[in-house]
Amino acid sequence: MTRRRLVTGLLVLGVVALFAVPLLLDEGASEYVGTDNQAVTAIQEQDPDYRPWFNSIVAPSSPSVESGLFALQAALGGGVLGYVLGRLRGRRDEPSSSTDAGTDPS
Amino acid sequence: MHIAEGFLPPAHAIGWTVAATPFVVHGARAVVREVRENPESTLLLGAAGAFTFVLSAIKLPSVTGSSSHPTGTGAGAILFRPPVMALLGTVVLLFQALLLAHGGLTTLGANAFSMAIVGPWAGYGAYRLTRALGGGLLPGVFVGMALADLATYVTTALQLALAFPDAESGFAGAALKFLGVFSLTQIPLAVGEGLLGVLLFRVLVANARPDLVRLGVLPPESEEAR
Repeated sequence: MTRRRLVTGLLVLGVVALFAVPLLLDEGASEYVGTDNQAVTAIQEQDPDYRPWFNSIVAPSSPSVESGLFALQAALGGGVLGYVLGRLRGRRDEPSSSTDAGTDPS
Repeated sequence: MHIAEGFLPPAHAIGWTVAATPFVVHGARAVVREVRENPESTLLLGAAGAFTFVLSAIKLPSVTGSSSHPTGTGAGAILFRPPVMALLGTVVLLFQALLLAHGGLTTLGANAFSMAIVGPWAGYGAYRLTRALGGGLLPGVFVGMALADLATYVTTALQLALAFPDAESGFAGAALKFLGVFSLTQIPLAVGEGLLGVLLFRVLVANARPDLVRLGVLPPESEEAR
C-alpha cells in the first residue's frame, strides 16, 4: 500500500514538475502565448490577404470573462469526474460490506 | 489545435466537415449502443467525457515559451474504442466554439477531425501495439494517451499547411512551419497527459476492475494492478 502511494505521489510530482519547471526556469521571459494564437499569426504572415470569413457568434467580452468560462469548463469536467470516481469507489465497497452483513448472523 | 473561427477557407471548412460527419454519427450510435447494452458503462463514459472536458480547458506552459492544452481523448479511446470519442470530443469542441469563442463552427469539422478522430485512433493504435508487444496496461495507457495528444496537433498543423501552402516551398514548407508552432510545444504536454492517464487508470484499476474486465482492458483475474 505504501509503495502504491509512493508511485502515486511521484506521478503527481512528475506532472507538476513538468509544467512548473519551464515557468521557473525562464523567470517570466516568455509570455506563453497559446499555440492556437501563434497559428493565427503564422497564417497572417503566410497569406496577408486572408480575411476570416466568419466570426464567432458569441465572443467573451474580456479576457477575464474568457478565463472564467475556461475555469467553468474545467470545474464542470472535474466535478463530473470526481462524482464518477466517488461512485465507483463507493460501489466497490458496497458488495463486501453487504456480504459481511450477510455472513454475520450465520 | 483549435483552428480559429473563419480561419479555414470555405472549401476546406466544408471538406473537413464532410469528412468528419460520418465518424461523429457513427460515434453517436456507438455511444447509444454502449449505454443501451451496458447501462453500467454510463459512469465510465461520463468519466471519459469529463476527462476530456477538464484537460481541454487547461492551457499549460511548455519549455518552448508558448502554451497549449492537452486533449484527454486517449482515455476514452482505450476504454471504449475510438468511435465513442468522435462524439464526446466533438461535444467538447462545440461547447468551446459556442461559449468560449475558442475554435469555431466553420472550423468544427477540421478540429473534430484532428482531436476527436485522428487523436483517439492514433492513441488507440499505439495502445494496442504496446499491449501486443507485451507491454502492460499502464505503459500502454501512457503511450496511447501521449500519442493521441501529439497526433491531434500534428493533424492540425497539416490541415493548416494544406489550406495555406507556402508561396515558394508549397505544402511541405508550410507543414514544417505549422509543425514548428505546434509539435515541439506539445511534447512535454503529451508526456504530462500520459502521466495523468496513468494516474486515472490506476484509480480505475483499483475501483472499477469488473468494468475494465468487461471492456476487455484487463484480462479476468489479472495481476497488473501496479
